[in-house]
Amino acid sequence: MQITKSETVTVRGGAEVVSVRHTVRKWAVEIGLTLVEQTKIVTAASELARNMVDYGGGGVLMLEHLDDSTRRGLRLTFEDRGPGIPDIDAALRDGFTTGGGMGLGLGGAKRLSNEFTIHTKPGEGTRISITRWKGAS
Amino acid sequence: MERIPILKMGRFLLVSIQVDMDDRTAMTLQDDLTGQIVKHHAKGVLIDISSLDVVDSFIGRMLANTAAMARILDAETVVVGMQPSVAITLVELGLSLKGVRSALNVERGMELLRRGAVDMEWTTPEASADADHEE
Repeated sequence: MQITKSETVTVRGGAEVVSVRHTVRKWAVEIGLTLVEQTKIVTAASELARNMVDYGGGGVLMLEHLDDSTRRGLRLTFEDRGPGIPDIDAALRDGFTTGGGMGLGLGGAKRLSNEFTIHTKPGEGTRISITRWKGAS
Repeated sequence: MERIPILKMGRFLLVSIQVDMDDRTAMTLQDDLTGQIVKHHAKGVLIDISSLDVVDSFIGRMLANTAAMARILDAETVVVGMQPSVAITLVELGLSLKGVRSALNVERGMELLRRGAVDMEWTTPEASADADHEE
C-alpha cells in the first residue's frame, strides 16, 4: 500500500475543528469519495477533532491519501498528548461521556469509518486512526 | 465569532444557517433563539439547515435541545432542508433526532407551523387546505 500524499495540521480550538471539516472534505473529494462517503468521514473527523480539543488539550491530525493498487482511501490519524482513555470499551459505548456531550463521538466515528484503530496510554495520550475507502460500504 | 441572524415573521422565528458553525456559534444560536421566543411570544421556530453539508453530534444535540427548550416555552420547532447525505450520516452516527419535527423544505415547514398542530402531520393536503381556511 502506498501513501500518495500526506499533510499534518494542528488542532487546538473550536475554530480549528471547523477547518478540519473543510480540509477533510477537500481530501475526500480529491480521491473521488461519493457525497455520502465524504459526509461520513467529515462527520467522523469532526467528532474526533472535538474530542481531541475537549479532552486531549488539542493535538495533531495527519491526513493521508492511500492507494493499495485496487482502490483509494483516506486515512486520518488524530494524536494528542492528553490524559489518555482509561477504559476504551466504555468510551466506545454510546452514551458514555465524561464531559457534556452525548457520548456518541468515539463509537459514532468508528461506525462511520471502514477501519478504526485506537492506541491510548493513561497519562501519555491517545492516537486514533480512521480510514474510509472509495466504494466500500 | 459569527452570529446567526434570527428573523421574526408574525408569530414565527426563522433561522437559516448558512455557515459551518463552530461549537460556540451553535450554543449562541441556541441561547439567542430561546431568548427571542420569550421576547416575541413566538409560537414557532423554523430552522433551515439546507446549507449544512455536515451535522455532527454537537450540532445535532443543539438542534434537539433547542426544540426541547422551545417546547417548554410553548413554541414548536421545525428543522427543514436536511440533505440526504447528512440524514444518512446522522442515523449511522447514532443520532436519530427524536423529538425534532422536520420538513423537506421551508414551504412545508411553514405549513406545519401555521397549522400549529404537530400531531396533524399525517393529514391529507385537502384536510390541511381546510385547516388553512378555518384560520
